[in-house]
Amino acid sequence: MEDKKLVTVYIEDKPYRVRPDQSMLDACLSLGFDLPYFCWHPAMHSVGACRQCAVKQFKDENDRKGMIVMACMTPAGEGTRISIKDPEAVEFRAKVIEWLMLNHPHDCPVCDEGGECHLQDMTVMTGHAYRRTRFRKRTHRNQYLGPFVNHEMNRCIQCYRCVRFYNDYAGGRDFGVFAAHDNVYFGRQEDGVLESEFSGNLVEVCPTGVFTDRTLKMHYTRKWDLQTAPSVCVHCGLGCNTIPGERYGTLRRIRNRYNGQVNGYFICDRGRYGYEFANSATRIRRPYRITYGKAGEKIENALEEGKVLPHVKSLLQGAKGIIGIGSPRASLEANYLLKKFCGPGNFYAGFSDAEFNLVGRIISVLTGGPVKAPALREVAEADAVFVLGEDVSGTAPMLGLAIRQAVRQKPVEAVIKSGIPAWNDYAVRQAVQNDKGPFFIATSAATRIDSLAEGTFHGAPDDIARLGFAVAAAISPEAPAPDGSLPEAAAGLVPRIAARLREAKRPVIISGTGAGSRAVIEAAFNVAKSLFDSGKDAGLCYVAAECNSIGLGLMGGKSLREAVGAVRENRADTVIVLENDIFDRLSAPEAEALLSARQVISIDHLPNHTVSMAHTVLPAAVFAEGTGTFVSNEGRAQRFYRVYVPAGQVEESWRWLSEFLAASAGAKFFTVDDVQRAMAGELPAFGGVPAAAPPADFRISGLKIPRQPHRYSGRTSIHADVDVNEPKPPADPDSPLSFSMEGFDGRPPSALISRFWAPGWNSVQAVNKFQSEVGGRLRGGDPGQRLIGPAGKEKSLPYFTGIPAPFTRLEGKFLVVPLYHVFGSEKLSALSPPVSELVPSPYLALNPEDAGELGCTEGMEIRLIVEDVFFRLAARLDASIARGVAGFPLGLPGLHGITLPSWGRIGIPPGVREAAEESGEDRA
Amino acid sequence: MGKTVPETIRHLIIVFGVLAVMMSIAAGLIWVERRLLGFWQDRYGPNRVGPFGILQPLADMIKVFAKEDWVPPFADRPVFILAPAIIVVTVLLAFAVVPFAPSISVADLNVGLLYFLALSSLGVYSVALGGWASDNKYALIGALRASAQMISYEVFMGLSLMGVVMLAGSFNLRAIVEAQRRLWFVVPQFFGFVIFLIAGVAETHRLPFDLPEAESELVAGFHSEYSGMKFGLFFVGEYLGITLISALIATFFFGGWLGPLLPPAVWFFIKTFFFIGVFILLRATLPRPRYDQLIRLGWKVMLPLALANLVVTGGIILAAG
Amino acid sequence: MLSILRAVWTVFLHLFKRKVTVLYPEERPRIPPRWRGRIILSRDPDGQERCVACHLCAVACPVGCIALQAAEDEYGRRYPEFFRINFSRCIFCGFCEEACPTYAIQLTNDFEMSEYHRHNLVYEKQDLLISGTGKYPGYNFYKVAGLSIKGKDKGENENELPPVDVKGLMP
Repeated sequence: MEDKKLVTVYIEDKPYRVRPDQSMLDACLSLGFDLPYFCWHPAMHSVGACRQCAVKQFKDENDRKGMIVMACMTPAGEGTRISIKDPEAVEFRAKVIEWLMLNHPHDCPVCDEGGECHLQDMTVMTGHAYRRTRFRKRTHRNQYLGPFVNHEMNRCIQCYRCVRFYNDYAGGRDFGVFAAHDNVYFGRQEDGVLESEFSGNLVEVCPTGVFTDRTLKMHYTRKWDLQTAPSVCVHCGLGCNTIPGERYGTLRRIRNRYNGQVNGYFICDRGRYGYEFANSATRIRRPYRITYGKAGEKIENALEEGKVLPHVKSLLQGAKGIIGIGSPRASLEANYLLKKFCGPGNFYAGFSDAEFNLVGRIISVLTGGPVKAPALREVAEADAVFVLGEDVSGTAPMLGLAIRQAVRQKPVEAVIKSGIPAWNDYAVRQAVQNDKGPFFIATSAATRIDSLAEGTFHGAPDDIARLGFAVAAAISPEAPAPDGSLPEAAAGLVPRIAARLREAKRPVIISGTGAGSRAVIEAAFNVAKSLFDSGKDAGLCYVAAECNSIGLGLMGGKSLREAVGAVRENRADTVIVLENDIFDRLSAPEAEALLSARQVISIDHLPNHTVSMAHTVLPAAVFAEGTGTFVSNEGRAQRFYRVYVPAGQVEESWRWLSEFLAASAGAKFFTVDDVQRAMAGELPAFGGVPAAAPPADFRISGLKIPRQPHRYSGRTSIHADVDVNEPKPPADPDSPLSFSMEGFDGRPPSALISRFWAPGWNSVQAVNKFQSEVGGRLRGGDPGQRLIGPAGKEKSLPYFTGIPAPFTRLEGKFLVVPLYHVFGSEKLSALSPPVSELVPSPYLALNPEDAGELGCTEGMEIRLIVEDVFFRLAARLDASIARGVAGFPLGLPGLHGITLPSWGRIGIPPGVREAAEESGEDRA
Repeated sequence: MGKTVPETIRHLIIVFGVLAVMMSIAAGLIWVERRLLGFWQDRYGPNRVGPFGILQPLADMIKVFAKEDWVPPFADRPVFILAPAIIVVTVLLAFAVVPFAPSISVADLNVGLLYFLALSSLGVYSVALGGWASDNKYALIGALRASAQMISYEVFMGLSLMGVVMLAGSFNLRAIVEAQRRLWFVVPQFFGFVIFLIAGVAETHRLPFDLPEAESELVAGFHSEYSGMKFGLFFVGEYLGITLISALIATFFFGGWLGPLLPPAVWFFIKTFFFIGVFILLRATLPRPRYDQLIRLGWKVMLPLALANLVVTGGIILAAG
Repeated sequence: MLSILRAVWTVFLHLFKRKVTVLYPEERPRIPPRWRGRIILSRDPDGQERCVACHLCAVACPVGCIALQAAEDEYGRRYPEFFRINFSRCIFCGFCEEACPTYAIQLTNDFEMSEYHRHNLVYEKQDLLISGTGKYPGYNFYKVAGLSIKGKDKGENENELPPVDVKGLMP
């Protein structure tokens, strides 16, 4: 059965059936033809600027003359007839690339793009080999663009992709094109850090080496020398797919791994540049136990290989009760084995209590409600978005990028109706101008995507929740309405939001744990359910804080505070902490009480407060050193694979725990598959986990899939300084991937794609060859397996009715609410040197009027006391913060150990105000 | 048998002397062959170990003894170990009837010639068993080729000597030599000599008839899996075989120890070494035929030739009365 | 048959021919300048390391006996942090020299590098780097590359125009 919507086009006189809503370049690439291009990008479509994709078009089969057209600007209409191989077209393309190369410097050996350069690929493809021009090359000065992106402007070929991505697609405002004719310059108005949190994508978008990865430059390795494996980003809950690359035992870079449903072509800078914590010199690389010397000083006693298990076994045999603390940043497998080892009654999810409840509520809503959780791509395709309480640009940046695309949906649809095809990017943008689709956002303080919104509201979480409840009530009369009045700004928004959401076909409601408020989560559900009940294809997207928050939530267990109780009441004297810093989750006294147990075993990869208090420390593998599964915020189980075998006695956490199990109960799990099988059998929620990726015994023609590219160099010399006999490559019982360059060299199943490469396509543009159609799904379906889905309409949860009371200011107190930063709020990425450069210094955001009453000015040092914890912070005046509310950048260095929102007191230390006044006088 | 004590001692001296001389000749041939091949190929050959490289066999021996005594895990172990010994033993036993000089021979058998033929047929067991026990397709193919080749060539090898027997009227090698006092048998038995030479090359599977080893197609043929001293034994066996055939050519067709001036044993060795040289020269010159060509030559050319030679010789002897 | 005998005779006569063997080491062979022997890393005419750590030699190497790591000085000039050739694996094919875009890696006519221990054949950068330019005296990669380094700003190459003034108004 053939889709009636398809049309027939003729390429080299052969008929093909293609979709009509695309350009001929899209069609050619989808059909597998090699047609060079530069300015076209599958996510940003055609502008027809570079003239590289020239083909010959013929009127009909009798037309032998034809005319040269740009494939990217030619619609795939019925009967369109083109030739790629036509000699005139071939010559035209060769000339174009010769022009583009006129000023391109003689840089390839020292260019970081070399070996994965689209310009190199296209030059080879068109056959331009000798420089004929005798004239001199134009040069440019470079700019400092921050710690992420390196600028080398000489190499530019003026394809305009960078500005089209940075400004048009990602909404950046500090980057542009300067000067005229062949002098055009792409950069900032002056040197400085690129503001956009998506600046790293310039590296992949730029077809040559103008923008390159600055962190890779510090330990440069060519693409062909990187050992890579499919992985999943660990720096937020969205589960973007990544490809980490390793060389000489250290992680060298992260690249985006296309997943049509999740991250598509881009990832945020936190995901791209947060990897370097894995290379930290402070990594725990060997197991040790603590003993105390005569003077009571701590002594670290290294545990040699083979001595770890006897030691642990002796600890466990003497234990009077073992409890395990799980972790939202550890894999499902590790959490499951901890639960199995300690027993379900002794497993405590490693969330703070507040987060434990919030995640639990999210899961119950997503599984018990009628509304589906949309994938990132579905968010980007939504035609109305309402964000409740979550600063997505801080907690889940890629969701912000998706919203940015969603905002364009409605205007673009209108433009398409007027006859301009969606792929004609420049025309569409001219027609759309600044029109925006419906997007509303209600948060505690202004966010980076507020400028996109039709309406914004800033207030305390309770008021945000009330706004949500009111919107739900306005959409569906069945939904409960808040009694009492809303703040003025919110009240005005309610009818507009309700009306605009009702107009939409695919509205998406976004909320999450960021606001720390259960009411906000419930309000978002009410809005989504009201839309669903009125017949919309609504989506309900909750942001979870960490990479496996949802997975841990599904795992169950008890709250952390109960664990403290268990230790205090002497029901347990041995605590196993899995990849977690308790001090981030509990107040310091509680954490100390928990860690005061007789024996604390910590399995982690970097030293932290918990590790420093543990009695036995076992080194854990980071994401790139282990294999496992994370569950993203949409409930998608995604497998990540070991990229390299770490140095030292580092093991995956689940492997340590499986050794524990073997030592105590005799049941040992040898591979990830074993663990998953047991987990899927025992816990029905995880029944889909084994299906997320092929099992370890999967082979193609009897071959494993190599982690190293076939051009991997230095096999006989890398280890030669240690031993001239080459070591045997490590075995990998957990995956169908091998640690060598031998194996199946073609296109593996989508969950096992270690790199995008195709003959003639060395750059990341090779992704076209892995998709079923350009910009669509990966061949064989996008990887990942959804674990949760909505309940049927009949079985759905009812509307929530727990509407909070309006927020009222308290005399002398402030409601401290959490604020988030792309760089800093997430702990692991903030440990990476380039990211840590951009982490803001601790501050407290206050409404200027409140600040005035307190008598404090911008930057003045103030004291904050929340839950008996004392902070010294610099005041920051922020007009978007509601009165009586203080914004606290949770997660920044030193800013943790409290549960927000919470009431706190603000004071000004004695002497500070006087000092400020004096310096003010001095200035005057 | 009333032998005196000095006679027994003399016999023992001869037995061990022959053994020692033959073994050292076989070892020395390693050097001789490589040197001669070198010269014929405009090279020097091994000339570094000792004067003129004469100690090369010693170095080779040290090497071959020092090598790991490896038996492949898939091989039939007892047979695998036994096979190389067989060829050395059979060839050495055949030397028992060779008269080096009127008074120097281990055994003066009246059926000496038949004894030699019998033992040279036994040699094929070594190759066949070695190839079979290796459990390797190349080794097995080599062994099968060797068996077919040796059986084919043995037939007219025996026939070619019957002319000599007729002329001498005896199977006793000493008697055959004595019968040549007037005229070396190479003159009346020229065809017999040519046939015996060719059959001898084939029996020792030397180039151009080394099809059992044929490295360009069979890796190393029947001894593909052999290394170390066991391989060394095959090697020694081959050189002993060359020496034996050369010695017998000298005995049957060139008057054995007979010759003027020089002592008989010296004449014998001069003649023997001449034919060893011929063996090596053949190797330096001739390419290897195809296997079917080899067998065809044996059955369709050499056998009729040998029979014709026999008939003509018989006829002439009969006519001469 | 006769031809066989003639062949045997011809071969036999070679016994008296002149030998072609060169009796090394008593007699030294003549090594042509493009001989592919021990590999070295050369310096450019300014005395700086020519190698820019582009990894092309490593990827061209059919036996994978070259390993290196790139590093940069404070002015952006690339050099190899370490550069290792495992000569116990090297087959002296010369692909590395062919691949080298800066004439840094060169094969010399020294072939006498036997060792009793294999690990002595693992050469690090200090063993490879020579003080001269090797076979190509004049070439200096950074004189033609667009990158600026210490002592050479943008636009100072022979084939370059001065840097564009982005804020200029001239057409």
